[in-house]
Amino acid sequence: MNHALLVAPILIPLCSLLLAIILRRHLLAVRVLSLSGAALLLAVGLVLVWQAAQGVVLSGQVGNWQAPFGISLVIDRLSAVMIAISALVALVTLLYGVAKDNDSKIGRDFHLFIQGLLTGICGAFITADIFNLYVWFEVLLIASFALMALGGGSRRLAGSMTYVALNLFATLIFLLSAGLVYGASGTLNMGELAVIMRSGEAPPGVTPALLLMLLSFAIKAALFPVFGWLPATYHVALTAVSAMFAGLLTKVGVYALIRLVTLLWPEHGLPHQLLLWVACATMLVGVLGAAAQTEVRRILSFHIVSQVGYMILGLALATPLALAGAVFYLIHHIVVKANLFFIGGLAARICGSERLADMGGLYKRMPWLALLFAIPALSLAGIPPLSGFWAKFLLVKASLDAAAWWAAAIALLTGVFTLLSMNKIWNEAFLKPHPGGEEALQTVTGIRAAWLGMSALALLTVLIGLGAGPLIDYAVAAAAQLADPQAYLQPFTGAGGI
Amino acid sequence: MEWLAAITTGGLAGLGLWMLLDRNLKRVVLGVVVLGNAINLGVLTAGRFFGERPAFVEAGNAVSTANPLPQALVLTAIVIGFSLFIFALALLKRTRELHGDKTTDSVSSITEQPAPDWHDSEHENDASGAEARR
Repeated sequence: MNHALLVAPILIPLCSLLLAIILRRHLLAVRVLSLSGAALLLAVGLVLVWQAAQGVVLSGQVGNWQAPFGISLVIDRLSAVMIAISALVALVTLLYGVAKDNDSKIGRDFHLFIQGLLTGICGAFITADIFNLYVWFEVLLIASFALMALGGGSRRLAGSMTYVALNLFATLIFLLSAGLVYGASGTLNMGELAVIMRSGEAPPGVTPALLLMLLSFAIKAALFPVFGWLPATYHVALTAVSAMFAGLLTKVGVYALIRLVTLLWPEHGLPHQLLLWVACATMLVGVLGAAAQTEVRRILSFHIVSQVGYMILGLALATPLALAGAVFYLIHHIVVKANLFFIGGLAARICGSERLADMGGLYKRMPWLALLFAIPALSLAGIPPLSGFWAKFLLVKASLDAAAWWAAAIALLTGVFTLLSMNKIWNEAFLKPHPGGEEALQTVTGIRAAWLGMSALALLTVLIGLGAGPLIDYAVAAAAQLADPQAYLQPFTGAGGI
Repeated sequence: MEWLAAITTGGLAGLGLWMLLDRNLKRVVLGVVVLGNAINLGVLTAGRFFGERPAFVEAGNAVSTANPLPQALVLTAIVIGFSLFIFALALLKRTRELHGDKTTDSVSSITEQPAPDWHDSEHENDASGAEARR
């Protein structure tokens, strides 16, 4: 049973993908398959979270090959919650997409590639092997390339070109560093590598190779100074696609960073010092970049960059509370950011433009949409009692505890600027009358499923905010597991640990 | 042997990076391929060349056989890299058809244009493409 659960998050989307390819001529069958696949994955994710909350860590070897010769898979608290939240965002993305896939070709391809993307994402969360992680990155990358270009059109293809070139470059760096790590240490298993690093007798070439690997994850996670590709490309994709990217893709990079840094550098070291500077620069530059933008999704894209900085801040401080804050932020951010993209896309569709100057009148026409926007927007800025407040509170408290008062100051300042940005969208798109008069607002039909998904995410934001206790407990326990990763180390140290 | 492979890797990687920085998108895509191959060679080299014999051994007789793991890694990477290259080429072809230009500057300026993404407005995308062609 446990072994089935261990591989289920990979197998479910993969099987949905394969079945959907077989049944691709019937759009309805593809829709049903893809939606039920995502729902099943969400159910499995919740079971995994429930198990992980009891302290159960699933681990196993693919094909029963002993570590380090076979590929190790591990699902701990962090992996479990990431799988569950990814499945939730994917489900909402599919619901949102269903409303718009009247074009049968785009609709079908959309479902296929979302399942492919989900396979790669879940694989990356489960694997405990560096080269296997590379393969999962490639799986999610090729699916994301296809999704990015989906729908065609000049602007979208131009954006995809940028996206493809820069992401390929990042992946090549990852491959190179994986090769160098193997050459220097003789292993690709994260656990064995951690044992080597923790023994204090790491071969000389390992640390530079690992730092190169962190650079490739930093590009994926869009950290300063290598975030340029993200705001340049995310706004060209279909709304549903860019929402899923915004919620999940950079977070796979953040997850990889958290996983590797906590495993390989248990003590505060060089990577932590580097990441602390990078995190603060990322927060500030991202939020200042957003201030200069005038399109909804471009503003939100820059905010992804700035928010990733918070998670990295938690990782860089490396105290238990800070790590817990990073995990909490990760969960909160995925829900909120994906929802903002969904709502922003719908708002743009009703207004007929994504430029703030050409938008307006939404508050009068659709007060519910305005409320739905206000919840994640205020949560993003960190207004109590929404989820973002607790996320920021944990990180600011951790910074102050670690005497990094300037990091805390930057985090708070970034929150203020975020509020300003959200205020800009609110004033321009919702409060101000539409420049073309009220009749310029379009009526969008057939989006009941999209409303359902967006409301569910908003409700989750409120619930996390009001009942933050259990999730904070979970995040603290996840952070404790990150600090003491027995499931990774145990095959190489015997049952007793180091 | 390793030193020769290492120098080749460095040279190819330099060439690939140089092409990546070109303004012509065709060169950028080719640069990714050259860089990819350089890195494949680098991964193979990082695993050291132990011996010349293929890694099919009988039990207890593993003298001077090559290290199979880097070969397996590179094989995976080659397959993935090839498919991504084909995708990038297809994308390049379509991008060029749509706006008749293939320099990086024009591509990034096209992404700045306003274009809503819902399907019934595909003609708007085409319109902006025609505009760029002019």
